[in-house]
Amino acid sequence: MYEFIESFFSQLAQTLLVVALAPLMLGWVNQCRAWLQNRSGPGVLQPYRVLHKLFHKDALIAHNASAIFRSAPYIQFGCMALAASIVPVVETSLAFSPAADVIALVGIFALARVFSSLAAMDIGTAFGSLGARREMLVASLSEPALLMVFFTPLLIAQSSSLTVIVDALAHREFAIYPSLAFAAVAFVMVLLAENARIPIDNPSTHLELTMIHEALILEYSARHLALIEWATAIKLTVYCAIGIALFMPWGTIEAGDWPLFPVAAGILIAKLALAGIGLALLETVSAKMRIFRAPEFLGMAFLFAVLGLLIRLLLGA
Amino acid sequence: MLPSAVHPLELVIGVVLYWLMIGFAGLLRPLSLRFVSRVLFPLGAVGGLGLMAAAYFGISAAPSTLVLPLGLPDLPFHVRLDALSAFFIGLLGVAVVGISLFSSGYFRRGQGSAPGVLCLQYHLFLAAMVTVLLADDAYLFMVAWETMAIASYFLVTSSHKIPEIRSAGFLYLLIAHIGAIAILLCFGVLQGGQGDYTFAGMRSIGLSPFWGSVAFMLALFGFGAKAGILPLHVWLPEAHPAAPSPVSALMSGVMLKTAIYGILRVTFDLLQVQIWWWGALALTLGLLTALFGVMFAAVQSDMKRLLAYSSIENIGIILAGIGLTIIFHVYGNPHLAALALVATLYHSLNHACFKSLLFLVTGSVLHATHERSLGKLGGLIHNMPWVAGTALIGSLAIAGLPPLNGFVSEWLLLQAFLFSPGLANPYLNMLVPVAAAALVLAAALSGYVMVKFYGVIFLGQHREPRLAGARDEGPWARAGLVWLTAACVLLGILPAVIIRLLDYVTLPLVNFAIGSNADRAGWLLIAPVSPERASYGPLLFLLGIVGSVLLTFALVRRFYHGRVRRGDAWGCGFPAQNARMQDTAEGFGQPIKQIFEPFFRIRRHLPSPFDAQPFYSATSEDRLWYWLYLPVARLNERLAAWIGVLQHGRIYLYLLYSFVTLLALLLIVR
Repeated sequence: MYEFIESFFSQLAQTLLVVALAPLMLGWVNQCRAWLQNRSGPGVLQPYRVLHKLFHKDALIAHNASAIFRSAPYIQFGCMALAASIVPVVETSLAFSPAADVIALVGIFALARVFSSLAAMDIGTAFGSLGARREMLVASLSEPALLMVFFTPLLIAQSSSLTVIVDALAHREFAIYPSLAFAAVAFVMVLLAENARIPIDNPSTHLELTMIHEALILEYSARHLALIEWATAIKLTVYCAIGIALFMPWGTIEAGDWPLFPVAAGILIAKLALAGIGLALLETVSAKMRIFRAPEFLGMAFLFAVLGLLIRLLLGA
Repeated sequence: MLPSAVHPLELVIGVVLYWLMIGFAGLLRPLSLRFVSRVLFPLGAVGGLGLMAAAYFGISAAPSTLVLPLGLPDLPFHVRLDALSAFFIGLLGVAVVGISLFSSGYFRRGQGSAPGVLCLQYHLFLAAMVTVLLADDAYLFMVAWETMAIASYFLVTSSHKIPEIRSAGFLYLLIAHIGAIAILLCFGVLQGGQGDYTFAGMRSIGLSPFWGSVAFMLALFGFGAKAGILPLHVWLPEAHPAAPSPVSALMSGVMLKTAIYGILRVTFDLLQVQIWWWGALALTLGLLTALFGVMFAAVQSDMKRLLAYSSIENIGIILAGIGLTIIFHVYGNPHLAALALVATLYHSLNHACFKSLLFLVTGSVLHATHERSLGKLGGLIHNMPWVAGTALIGSLAIAGLPPLNGFVSEWLLLQAFLFSPGLANPYLNMLVPVAAAALVLAAALSGYVMVKFYGVIFLGQHREPRLAGARDEGPWARAGLVWLTAACVLLGILPAVIIRLLDYVTLPLVNFAIGSNADRAGWLLIAPVSPERASYGPLLFLLGIVGSVLLTFALVRRFYHGRVRRGDAWGCGFPAQNARMQDTAEGFGQPIKQIFEPFFRIRRHLPSPFDAQPFYSATSEDRLWYWLYLPVARLNERLAAWIGVLQHGRIYLYLLYSFVTLLALLLIVR
């Protein structure tokens, strides 16, 4: 019982940490991008100001919007918060972990995405359905790649529970797995695609011909838009946290090591900051590609992930 | 509780007789729609409940057999209820309750056959399917199998005045019979020259690996023709749109599963020893079928054809599960074999629920709008909230999203793939991860297909003005839809209960049961291998999702406000925004068509820029028609032409033929 309460609080603390810090992460990436492009940038706190502004506005909804349109932002936010509660970022005991493993984590992302696509089709504008179809296209190629990425560490740890995987990678014997290198490359490519970053999508454009994510949320305003933006930020943070948990897990503490919690949280923030710099760098040096080049990009990610899996299975490396 | 005097097997036989009685009762007043649909179909649904009860008690009981004094002299009918048939009978029961309730409100006057005749065909079809599952000798099995094929043929062609429907029915009947011949030959091989056609006799014969392989290949071909496995799938996209929707639901949801039952029965029960390459073949064929089905589903613009292709996909996944089971079973890994088999059976059950549900939904849409083409629907969520709500659950379930049932079977199957240890065969070791990759690709694409299906039919604006008059279903049809929706949700959140029942099926077939692990993890979680390795708690998951969504909602309302203004959709500066500017079904499928272009045979007509009356058309067809079916048809015609040389229509020539034949026979027999 005591263990359960402890893991429950650890769960709550980690989830809240990710949810609260997510806009900061987004602001940090944008700020780094601005610096790399010789701009001064709006500051790392800008996403919070945007959210504050949006929450205070009146929501404007199209006449023929159905319940799906109005509930989708809450579902997306709820899904992302739940996703944040599955990934062990600071400590490896999570109360919710037995209920959902990595495959379920991919399922949560899929659930949120399907609802956002359905909501985009709900109004019946040309852009909404265009965005929905592009989003589902990119997702239907990146989702298998993401699962294949997860399968390599899963085989190493012989478990599909994220907490056990991180425990095994971080706290058991130290070993270098070449198969994980392939998985990591594939993961970065999937991260860019799933979070609507360059080269698949550009988060700061409203150019009709190229946009995917922005086309999906074109009809949203005020608190609904705020929830979606926040959920997007959480998704980016969770993805970075997954990458950290799988490919550089050193520094996460073992279950019940409470005194070290602030230290581990500090290490996490430092790692996230590094990930943000890397992301900004990647986005600055690459160009947005045509939508029909996206399958090639994601196909490559898929191949890398399968290669990693084969190396693990056949060579045991 | 079932009274102890009634044995589950007797109950099942009772339901068969009950359905036959209801069917013939339809002939009493064949033209009275009210009598047939308000009295007989709801009574038929009660039979489904009886089957569920029989399955529940029969699955855990020891196999029971009975010899019925019917059939030919010295060739009585043998019936047997064991765990495997009980499971499939339960599946049939669950689906039939929903479909029969829906049918009570579905059939209309003046559409197709007379109501009484439909009632007879429908209940004969049901009774034949149950008999297929009960049969314990090849004779009864083939009789029931053919009755099932013929009853469903008449149901498919109930609107036989339309030429397309007649040709679709003919195609279905043709492939069903090619399959039936293969099944007959399979039983011929299985009896091993002993002349004993009971299944008990077949079990006792140890066939040599060669003849075992022949039997397996014949079974795969014969049952594959019924299930829609590549390349014998062509009848599904033709027959399903032709049939009335409840019949499509029965055929897709239940009849395809009788073919899966047949494959399992032959492979794991009648054939006592399996060979590894059967599994590799089934796995490869299954995944090819799945990818093929989902790709073609993505480019369809007829809603029932889309669902038919999606059925092909799901059958492919089920076949892949069977292949994986064979591989693990042969290589002496009963734990994973049981896991793969549980995933296969669970997916069959899930598919019976959500595919029946979605076919019924298309029936409702068809009745409300008289339109099957996705390009002329849209915005129906405003007119048909019940249908749209149940369709949403069904679509999410079939897309494999947690916490609904499609995800559970997908999860179980992936676990089986992932924890495959080094098999003794290096080729298989390479095949398994590639197969896992193909499986997740098919699953992800099915999400695309379902967003298309749901979004184009129910969301957006009405693409045609007359859709504004569409009405929601009546109480009977709603009850049927809600029943199947509830099944999807319950199978999604309480899988541990079902998995424990499935132990009784896996134990005799692959000598292992995974339920003991489920016990250790409690009923909240499923942990097929061990809780440390993998666990999934759908109920907790559901609570987590609902809780976090409600908490978000409450917090936003508490700290901010709920003010809403309504306005027009933003037209991006373009003034004349109208419903025709939404994505059509073709538009939504276009990216898939472009990416996977080599798989389709695409014919395009593109207008030139100077065309005064431009029109654009693009059709994507199945290449297999041109690679396989048309060459066979041409060969057939050529052979017929050669043989036709003999025919002149003159009597003296025919007399001469007879005379020559007689002489030849005399020479041989002499």
